[in-house]
Amino acid sequence: MTSQVEVSESTEDEPLPVAPVAGMPAQNGDGKRVTKLDRVVIRFAGDSGDGMQLTGDRFTTETAGFGNDLSTLPNFPAEIRAPAGTLPGVSSFQLHFADHDILTPGDAPHVLVAMNPAALKANLGDVPRGAEIIVNTDEFTKRALAKVGYAADPLGDGALDAYSVHPVPLTTLTVEALKDSGLARKDAERAKNMFALGLLSWMYHRPTEGTERFLRVKFANKPDIAEANVTAFRAGWNYGETTEDFAVSYEVAPATAAFPAGRYRNISGNLALAYGLVAASEQSGLPLFLGSYPITPASDILHELSKHKNFGVRTFQAEDEIAGIGAALGAAFGGSLGVTTTSGPGVALKSETIGLAVSLELPLLVIDIQRGGPSTGLPTKTEQADLLQAMYGRNGEAPVPIVAPATAADCFTAALEAARIALTYRTPVFLLSDGYLANGSEPWRIPEPDELPDLRVPFATEPNRPDGSFWPYLRDPETLARPWAVPGTPGLEHRVGGIEKQDGTGNISYDPANHDHMVRIRQAKIDGITVPDLVVDDPSGKAGLLVLGWGSTYGPIAAAVRRVRAAGGEVAQAHLRHLNPFPANLGEVLAGYDRVLVPEMNLGQLAHLLRARYLVDAQSFTQVTGLPFKAEQLADALTAQLEVQS
Amino acid sequence: MSTETHAFPSLGLVPKAAAPQSMKDFKSDQEVRWCPGCGDYAILAAVQSFLPELGLARENIVFVSGIGCSSRFPYYLNTYGMHSIHGRAPAIATGLAASRPDLSVWVVTGDGDALSIGGNHLIHALRRNVNLKILLFNNRIYGLTKGQYSPTSEVGKITKSTPMGSLDAPFNPLSLAVGAEASFVARTIDSDRKHLQSVLRAAAEHQGTALVEIYQNCNIFNDGAFDALKEPATRDQALIRLEHGQPIRFGSDNGMGVFRDPATGDLTTAAVTADNADRVLVHDAHADSPTTAFALTRLAAQDTLHNTPIGVLRSVQRPVYDTQMLTQLDQAVAQRGRGDLGALLTGSDTWTVD
Ligand SMILES: Cc1ncc(C[n+]2csc(CCOP(=O)(O)OP(=O)(O)O)c2C)c(N)n1
Ligand code: SF4
Ligand SMILES: [Mg+2]
Repeated sequence: MTSQVEVSESTEDEPLPVAPVAGMPAQNGDGKRVTKLDRVVIRFAGDSGDGMQLTGDRFTTETAGFGNDLSTLPNFPAEIRAPAGTLPGVSSFQLHFADHDILTPGDAPHVLVAMNPAALKANLGDVPRGAEIIVNTDEFTKRALAKVGYAADPLGDGALDAYSVHPVPLTTLTVEALKDSGLARKDAERAKNMFALGLLSWMYHRPTEGTERFLRVKFANKPDIAEANVTAFRAGWNYGETTEDFAVSYEVAPATAAFPAGRYRNISGNLALAYGLVAASEQSGLPLFLGSYPITPASDILHELSKHKNFGVRTFQAEDEIAGIGAALGAAFGGSLGVTTTSGPGVALKSETIGLAVSLELPLLVIDIQRGGPSTGLPTKTEQADLLQAMYGRNGEAPVPIVAPATAADCFTAALEAARIALTYRTPVFLLSDGYLANGSEPWRIPEPDELPDLRVPFATEPNRPDGSFWPYLRDPETLARPWAVPGTPGLEHRVGGIEKQDGTGNISYDPANHDHMVRIRQAKIDGITVPDLVVDDPSGKAGLLVLGWGSTYGPIAAAVRRVRAAGGEVAQAHLRHLNPFPANLGEVLAGYDRVLVPEMNLGQLAHLLRARYLVDAQSFTQVTGLPFKAEQLADALTAQLEVQS
Repeated sequence: MSTETHAFPSLGLVPKAAAPQSMKDFKSDQEVRWCPGCGDYAILAAVQSFLPELGLARENIVFVSGIGCSSRFPYYLNTYGMHSIHGRAPAIATGLAASRPDLSVWVVTGDGDALSIGGNHLIHALRRNVNLKILLFNNRIYGLTKGQYSPTSEVGKITKSTPMGSLDAPFNPLSLAVGAEASFVARTIDSDRKHLQSVLRAAAEHQGTALVEIYQNCNIFNDGAFDALKEPATRDQALIRLEHGQPIRFGSDNGMGVFRDPATGDLTTAAVTADNADRVLVHDAHADSPTTAFALTRLAAQDTLHNTPIGVLRSVQRPVYDTQMLTQLDQAVAQRGRGDLGALLTGSDTWTVD
């Protein structure tokens, strides 16, 4: 039995409990054993400057290409180069991959790669006993140990006896492997992350060609650096192959059964979101205009979209968030698909313009990649605490629809859905993603363009009054949307503005009855948006407990539900994609259960809305650590609810 | 779209009107609601009678404004228009102009709107050189909120919010604009329709952002703020009418001139004599260096308004943001072909599950 299997037993994600021995050890030709595993969680941890995110990304890409299901959790400090060797400077990347479908990046790593004492110290608390730890012994100097408060070397004092530790002088081995490369020692040392990647790639039978190709492309302008990285990567692989310390390697078979047929790629939330926006532009036939101001964790969408000018995508890096949304709204007035991307602090600045868009009744996408708050908060960490800001954070009665993706790949579909609502109903729409979805990644079945929704909407081209005049606020009786008449259309010249206007004509009006009517009709328009009914997963149909989530908590909640069910518990699960308006059947669904548990990465914002709206005694389960829930933690919470119930 | 030579090269992509237009084509059916006697009326009339001259399809003209008395302007013009929020019009208009090169986009703003709450957007629009014409109605007061001092009010101004006099030094809007890399900077006065229209014409001809400061009388909260420039008794001494290529002379009988002080390089005014007549500064609005234009913006005395230059202080050619943005899109298509959604979504690293 390997240590990994023990870990696997205590933190599984899969629906059925697995036997303690997940695979049969086999001998390979070199006398090294190969063990089959059904899933593995690896965490790479090092200094911010050690290239852990790149290492994790590469391992992920190889794993995706191999056909495993996977889920990732990058976790890095807000500082670009926090002081070297310190706890706050530790950057990590966790990857969970399996031969079956999985839902989370894993609660606890089976393998920790610690590039220095800080990385060991910062991560050890998450590593279960019995797990494997690969440490770069070269960095375990007196000074480095003292820096993070280790009085004695944990590699020598028995502190790690409960783990299966592989001490590897990664730096020395890397420098040794590169001694003929002509690189200065400092440059050679920097390839040590590729040595580690090579070693892990050997351990888990990952394909290697892609990484070598990637390195040669990445360092195309510096061929000596490219070759050094490839050499270090190969040296790491060979080290695993030849050293006795690594007696076992592991196989995790492709997750063929987990995936419907199709073509797949690995995709992060922000990339999926950017692609969703390009797709919305193509499917609507409207040019995309992004107005944005850089902010973590949203900037990557700006970076990505700025690459796609050949789709007619215009990206405008504004002087601030207010100008970003202002320009997007101006472009929307002109007939573009206007989009602004930001995070919570930016939403605060955009609020007044969102209110203007509500009043102008123009389509606009406001994308909030939530991060820890308040204020600057935790820029690189995740949170769901902008729900009420999106819902209510404006002056006056200013209802705005809200859509939230559930997984990284789902950001693609959510972007199309947000665009559908904005274009059909001529309204700003919030899309609430978060740092976890933005940076995490998972396999995505690539849709064929003909599977995508038709988002075309007509511009007004003709007068809409019997007398040949044009009323900019004459509403579609079904959707209550007003006509979208863009400049350049003869005969439809009109003025819009943030002052209250008369319904129909759009002329300035301070009339009390008209204002009351306008407030109510703007609300009625949003309330009347058609959204799909909430689907409840309740296999036996007899559960008394419903767990209801929204946004990025989908994975951990679903994994927890699997565990509870595997242990014989009955729990129903439902997940909200639409937070405004809620699905029409939500009240009925809630009324159908004795207890409702609402896990959120805030202090209970959805629960607050549900209680107010449906008078339901929804219970909150909350966490605001900047990290996603763990499946085990949620499973415990569900079990506790079931115990109260019985 | 016609790209033939156009009287207004900056509007080369904007479709032309099918038939000649008149002032009444540009009047909307909305009742004008400024205070009687407000300088905004004169500006509105001047703009309405100037717009037919552009010969543009009316539907391709858009006026975007912020908030303030002046910002009600778009409601009274029968073009497309947006009355937006306080200070943000340059940002909104930037998005519109950058995404629609076939539109002639104008911004109407006040001294509070443009220089206080919206100062950031103004300077960035100017440095970007988006194809926008910004009309800044400067009445040196907050009109709509009933008379607080503004960022252009003179120091010591007694208003409702400054009963003992305002403390902060004002902005000189044109100095600010030149400092913000504006490619076109001009000043005119509400009451001088002919001059106002000549400046509008020059602004419309300009490729890029044009900033036109219009001195506007608020007869309710800051009446007579520009009287020194309007009263027959003082105006000749106070006003310096700039014309490109002409020596800068002013005063009754053009007896005064603008000179460069050889010691400091600064500009000064002095009586023109036989001795110094050949040293009168010749106005070069197109000078590459902004130094002289900046010095011209500093000539006027903030309190008396003596030596106030009006006309086009600076008008230079430099790359226009929206044109360049469009060029990049065209280049991207030329280099990589029109984007293919299927190929984008697929990317380069895929696997297939059967
Ligand atoms: C966000 C916001 N803050 C404040 C106001 C109130 N307000 C409206 S107009 C204005 C000042 C307008 O002054 P100016 O731009 O000089 O225009 P004028 O009325 O003088 O033409 C202020 C402070 C507002 N409408 N919105
Ligand atoms: S308050 Fe002043 S600026 Fe406003 S409309 Fe009246 S006169 Fe004109
Ligand atoms: Mg004013």
